[in-house]
Amino acid sequence: MSDEETKAPQGDDTGPEPEVDEAAEKAKAEAAAKARAEAAAAAKAAKEAAEAAKPPWQRDPKIPEWQEADDSAVAGALREAHGDAIAWARTLAGDLVVMVARESICDVARTLHDEHGFTMLIDICGAHYPDREDEPEFEVIYQLLNLDTVERVRLRVGTEADTPVPTVVPVWRGANWPEREIWDMYGVSFEGHPDMTRILMWEGFNGFPMRKDFPIEGIDTGSAIYPEYYEETAGPVAGTGTGWKPPEEPEDEEAAPGADDQG
Amino acid sequence: MADSENMKHNDTLFDVEEMELAFGPQHPSTHGVLRLNLKVDGERIVDCYPIIGYLHRGTEKLFELHPFFQNVPHTDRMDYVAAATNNLAYVGAVEKLTGITVPPRAAYIRTLLCELQRISSHLLWLATHAIDIGAMTPFFYCFREREEVLDLFEEFCGARLTLNCMRPGGLPFDLPVGWTDRCSAFVDKFPSKVDEYEGLLTNNRIWKKRTVGIGVMTKEQGLQYGITGPMLRASGVDFDLRKAEPYEAYGEVDFDVPVFHNGDTYDRYLVRMEEMRQSARILRQCLDNLPDGEVMAKKPRVLKGAKETEAYYGIESPKGEIGFYIVGNGTPNPERCRVRPPSFYNLQIVPELAQGALLADLVAIVGTTDIVLGEVDR
Amino acid sequence: MDNVEAGVLTTTYDKIFNWARRSAIWPMQFGLACCAIEMMAVLDPRHDMSRFGAEVFRASPRQSDLMIVAGTVTEKMAPIVRRLWDQMPDPKWAIAMGACATCGGPYRTYAVTQGVDRVIPVDVYVPGCPPRPEALLWGLLHLQRKIDRMTVAKQKAS
Repeated sequence: MSDEETKAPQGDDTGPEPEVDEAAEKAKAEAAAKARAEAAAAAKAAKEAAEAAKPPWQRDPKIPEWQEADDSAVAGALREAHGDAIAWARTLAGDLVVMVARESICDVARTLHDEHGFTMLIDICGAHYPDREDEPEFEVIYQLLNLDTVERVRLRVGTEADTPVPTVVPVWRGANWPEREIWDMYGVSFEGHPDMTRILMWEGFNGFPMRKDFPIEGIDTGSAIYPEYYEETAGPVAGTGTGWKPPEEPEDEEAAPGADDQG
Repeated sequence: MADSENMKHNDTLFDVEEMELAFGPQHPSTHGVLRLNLKVDGERIVDCYPIIGYLHRGTEKLFELHPFFQNVPHTDRMDYVAAATNNLAYVGAVEKLTGITVPPRAAYIRTLLCELQRISSHLLWLATHAIDIGAMTPFFYCFREREEVLDLFEEFCGARLTLNCMRPGGLPFDLPVGWTDRCSAFVDKFPSKVDEYEGLLTNNRIWKKRTVGIGVMTKEQGLQYGITGPMLRASGVDFDLRKAEPYEAYGEVDFDVPVFHNGDTYDRYLVRMEEMRQSARILRQCLDNLPDGEVMAKKPRVLKGAKETEAYYGIESPKGEIGFYIVGNGTPNPERCRVRPPSFYNLQIVPELAQGALLADLVAIVGTTDIVLGEVDR
Repeated sequence: MDNVEAGVLTTTYDKIFNWARRSAIWPMQFGLACCAIEMMAVLDPRHDMSRFGAEVFRASPRQSDLMIVAGTVTEKMAPIVRRLWDQMPDPKWAIAMGACATCGGPYRTYAVTQGVDRVIPVDVYVPGCPPRPEALLWGLLHLQRKIDRMTVAKQKAS
């Protein structure tokens, strides 16, 4: 810029000098821009290095991503033994997840139990995904554990509301209650189960509570099962008591159950 | 009743009338609202059919309605005797789902809380188990120590029982001033208290007659039913998640895992007594090596689980393996949050263990399973 | 005779009976959920319920006169609570301990009765989640004050 200032008082020289000035200015601007970009890149790299040097709990958390389970021995063995029944096998955050076709779940479970040492059934649970298109609405998820090598595997089975899933009770007797719970909560039944009844709710309960379309406050909890206690329409309504009436007794003024006659 | 169809019929030599008895849901020894439909032949149990669900509160559905951090108080109330381990399993699953790493100071303090909780849970177990079997004195002794542990909890997080003491990413606040000294004082005198309880019961002839050989569980039965925790370790399986899959600070402390081989009630009692001593050992090491630093990791202001991701995180609670299976859906709420309750699976084996037992032994068997109905029913 | 005169005649009698009733309340063991643990803690050496005469927890409803509903009452359990209440002989009282027994607590769900007072008449409500043992002792003392107001003279049904 000082060149501009010193040139100006020299008078108005037309011709080559203004072009040289413009070219010089342009070069200068480019050099300045390049210097700024380099400085910014250096600053960014320094920042990233500082960030990486920080311990993991001071960095932004990195959400785990699905990866194909190519190097898992268990997944490979299952694919060999059951072929098409294994839809996919992936890992996420260190867990091996295998999607199994509904009809073959008992065979896959038996293979894992007998040949690969997954002798402990950790959990069976259900899930309802009504918003997933192209995929079955309900899922049954099995978590297995190998005690000797401390390996875990998760099997997922997709099913529809009225399609029963083969039971794994022949493989683990302890699958009895979890499968009853899935029937109770989701309405997914299990073929071959010895005692397919509700376990947490009572027989006659209206609906399957864990489904996404079941309201959290319930539908008509009381009157459906205890008609002699509750009035027709619903369960207890605030302020009116249970609707239960004491048995009729002649010429006796019975106080209503809600009243308190003891001070 | 519909339930009698589920019972087997025992063929006997002469005509005996088998009585159907409902054991619970209101009963002093059922540790909550558990109902056991029994078919008894005199005092012998011919068949036993548990009916649960009297404490089903819809917790799993409530999980889906709240953001991740708001669900922590709900997790306290499932296994209400051991709230800190419930909290840890849940926040650990959330951290696994969202990729958060916990600072080391938070990991050590969480280990401290879990081991204190293990001591408190086993003390409560011993108190109620002993009082069911008929020994009333351990109840008062154990609760005396338990009150001191609950004082430590109350100083830290404000609550005695339903702690709500952990958050995804660490802890809500650091330890109060002087807490480590008070905890240290408790840990120093605790082993002598365990000696007191053992002096009352371990070599007591009546205790042994009531517990040795009762409710024998084999290793195969344990694996078939998914039994974990002290019940499995009393049957000879050396498996403890704190050693097998070390989490928090357990990889850095030195402790033993007691394993016994008979699988009866007496062995389960011995396992839990020894676990209390080992907990004191872990506490001592954690207190001595407590690192400095912050107690909360850096995390986004609104914690969301990414769409279609899932995580399972299991830890060793005083009752067995408690795990949370969380599926994320891109919002701050979980899409599905499943609790793997140890007491649910441990309770399932009671009918098998009760076959042919006397009615009084059933009380011992239910007590030794260390169930908490809040966890069974959720 | 109207209530005032009846009350005047029976004051000493009332005093003796009320003193007897409130000094030896026998609760029933009815722990349902987490509050049951705090109810057990009231019996422990630190909070000692027996100094108020109420340490004898009876297993059978027929021998007890106080039902401390400690914990969540679910719809499955509600008829059983009612049956137990009916089995208790008069005079009987009920304490709703904790948020769940008072109003359903944190559980506004399909399976939880929103307060045990939908099923039995409650005398004292003890708030908390869970209430500290001292809070339950407060509830018990409050109930004792309530018992002191009882009278054996016949009262009109309200």
